[in-house]
Amino acid sequence: MNTNETRYTATAIALHWLIAILLLGLFAVGLYMHDLPLSPWKLKVYSWHKWGGVTAFLLVLARAAWRFTHRPPDLPAAMSRLLRLAAHGGHAALYALMIAIPISGWLMSSAKGVPVVYFGLLPLPDLVDKDKELGKLLELVHETLNYLLAFIVVGHAGAALKHHLIDKDDVLLRMLPARAR
Amino acid sequence: MKLKLITAVIVVLAAAPWAQAVEFNAIQNDKSTLAFVFKQMGVPMEGKFGRFAAQIAFDPAKPAAAKAAMDLDLASIDAGSAEANEEVAGKNWFNTKAFPQAKFVASAVKGLGGNRYEIAGKLTIKGRTQEVSAPFTFTPQGAAAVIDGSFVLKRADFALGEGAWADFGTVANEIQIKFHFLANVKK
Repeated sequence: MNTNETRYTATAIALHWLIAILLLGLFAVGLYMHDLPLSPWKLKVYSWHKWGGVTAFLLVLARAAWRFTHRPPDLPAAMSRLLRLAAHGGHAALYALMIAIPISGWLMSSAKGVPVVYFGLLPLPDLVDKDKELGKLLELVHETLNYLLAFIVVGHAGAALKHHLIDKDDVLLRMLPARAR
Repeated sequence: MKLKLITAVIVVLAAAPWAQAVEFNAIQNDKSTLAFVFKQMGVPMEGKFGRFAAQIAFDPAKPAAAKAAMDLDLASIDAGSAEANEEVAGKNWFNTKAFPQAKFVASAVKGLGGNRYEIAGKLTIKGRTQEVSAPFTFTPQGAAAVIDGSFVLKRADFALGEGAWADFGTVANEIQIKFHFLANVKK
C-alpha cells in the first residue's frame, strides 16, 4: 500500500459527498414528514424518504467496502494521540450509525405495517411482523440514532474546519474534488 | 354381510351431510373473514372488516338455486392504523355517516366444475350500485364447509377516494376483496 497517498481517491470523494447530501436531505424530510396529517402527499413523502434511505444504505455499504479495501491518507503527524483516538472513534461511530439508522427505519416500516417497496417495485422482506408497540419503540430508536448522528456529523464538519482554518493542514482539502492544476 | 354393508353406507352418509342434497344456510361469523388488499405507492396493504351479516342458502349440488346476501358495517373497517381508519370513514372515502353500510345481493350462482363456482350480484357502496362477480371454492370440512373467493373492484366505480385521493398514483384503483366464510347447516 502506498503510504504517501495524501488525497482520497475520486471514488471515495464522490461517495462521501453523495452520502452527505443524501443524509442532510433525508434528515430534513424526516423532521418535516412525521407530523403530517394523512394525505396522498404524506404517503408520497414517506415513500420517497424510504427509497432515499435504501439508496443511502447501499451507498454506505459501497463506501464501507472502499474503506476496507483502501488505506485512507494518514492523519497529520502533528496530531496528538488523543485527537487521533477521537478521529478514529468519530469515524467508526459515523459508519455504525449510517448502517444502523436505515436498518432501524426498515424494521420500523415492517412493524408499522407499511413495508418498504424500493421505488414501488422491489419489496424488501419484513424481518419483523406488524406490531404496534414494537413500531413505537423502533420509531424512538430511529429518531434517537438520527439525533446522535446529527451530533457526530456536526463534530465531524467542525473538526474538518478546525483542521483547515486553525491547524492549516490538508485534512479538509483532501476530501474535496481535485482542482484543475 | 349385506346388512353390515348397508349399515356402513348409512353411517358414512350420515357423517357426511354434504354428500346428500344439503342446503348450507348459515355463516359462522367468528370463523369468517372479509379482507381487502390495496396498493399504496406500490406497497400492498391488507385490511379487513370486523362486522358483517351474511344470509346464504347454498346447495353445492344445485348452485343455480342458491341465494346469498350480505350487509357490511363499514365503520368496522381496519385499514391498518387508527389514522387510516379515521380517514376512510370520511367524506372522501366511505362517508359512513351518510352510508353506514355496504350491501351485496347475489343474482346468480353457477358451477364451474369440481368445487369451483362463480357468484354474480349487485354490490352497493356509498349509494352506488355495480354488477360484480367472483369465483369461489366450496370445500367441505366436517359438517361445515369453507367458502373461499376473491374479486377485484375499482374504487372509482364507487366514488371511494375522492378529492385529493382521486389520483391512482398514490392509492391504486384496483382493490382486491378476499372472502373466507365458514358455512354450516342450521336446522
